[in-house]
Amino acid sequence: MSIQVRIPTILRQHTQGQKLVEGAGATLDDLFADLDSRHSGLRERVVTAEGGLHRFVNVYVNDEDVRFTGGLKTELSDGDSVTILPAVAGG
Amino acid sequence: MARFDNLAQTVGDTPLVGLPRLSPSPEVRLWAKLEDRNPTGSVKDRAARFIVEEAVKDGRLTEGATILEPTSGNTGIALAMIARQRGYRLICVMPENTSEERKLLLTAYGAEVRFSPAVGGSNAAVAAARELAAENPDWVMLDQYSNAANARAHFETTGPELWRDLPDITHFVAGLGTTGTLMGTGRYLRGRNPDIEIVAAEPRYGELVYGLRNIDEGFVPELYDESVLTRRFSVGSVDALARTRELLHTEGLFVGLSTGAGVHAALALASEAVRKNRRADIAFLVADAGWKYLSTGAYTADAEQTADALDNQLWA
Repeated sequence: MSIQVRIPTILRQHTQGQKLVEGAGATLDDLFADLDSRHSGLRERVVTAEGGLHRFVNVYVNDEDVRFTGGLKTELSDGDSVTILPAVAGG
Repeated sequence: MARFDNLAQTVGDTPLVGLPRLSPSPEVRLWAKLEDRNPTGSVKDRAARFIVEEAVKDGRLTEGATILEPTSGNTGIALAMIARQRGYRLICVMPENTSEERKLLLTAYGAEVRFSPAVGGSNAAVAAARELAAENPDWVMLDQYSNAANARAHFETTGPELWRDLPDITHFVAGLGTTGTLMGTGRYLRGRNPDIEIVAAEPRYGELVYGLRNIDEGFVPELYDESVLTRRFSVGSVDALARTRELLHTEGLFVGLSTGAGVHAALALASEAVRKNRRADIAFLVADAGWKYLSTGAYTADAEQTADALDNQLWA
């Protein structure tokens, strides 16, 4: 199982500068645990101590905001793409 | 009756237009709400009117006052018209990586434009404006990102218009920026029918715009209430551009790039409805027309090159 994860500039210090990394997991939670095993420190920038998403971090699975698809329990399939972005103003 | 006492009164009551060629079937229909048919050509005319009227009513805005606002264009333009009509001075803080037309239009209206760096996009403009406001306490920052009158404009006008014209509406799609449109319209529509889906199309920019120094520089508009939305899609420049062109070529409808992002989400919803064999009446907001984006090549130049160039711009 392979999932492409896009990393924003601000978190690339945890991925040796890479903007695209690969991971696996049945859910987003599993994926972050998997990523953290190879990119130490990444998970805690995105997931809070209480187990939720950091307020200023948005995560999208196949371009959809996971806060509306089950949050960290969002289920993943092989070939899905995950994008992590900091929250920015629009308008 | 098409007669009004002055230009400001022409805000709102915009056309809702069926799209028979773009809609997948007679049971799954797409509708466009034409917000370019507002006095300064964008949906922001609604928010600007409510924000200013409220500020005048509660005494925050007095004769000859100076208004300060962080804006990537449309809000500034809407405020610029009001400022001219009512005799206010207007200072807009805008990211430097916005289309030329926006800057020209603001200057033409007589607004003063101050630029914030491209890196950090609108976050940087908001921060810069808030700093300026603190340094100049007699200036009035109406702050579209936190001002409840922004969302209220849509609760009181956009929502009721949609409900009146499309009572069978199943989905409302709009761009997500200050979140005012979706919050106000969403609250109204779901108050009428809780099953209506309120769907956000969030523009996804290039890396430059997300170039924050640390995660705490992140920004979520104070107006944003996640519970009002049903779904939120991220749409990049390639898709927004493709849909903008598709709308123009299929229906002859000339819209701005943020609307292209909305159309992308609307078409995804339409496909889902077809797949699930369900009826749908999907209304999406046309925030503005394409005039301010012509210089980007969005409508005429090579699509791939344009999408690349747009990426480091605040294209929506």
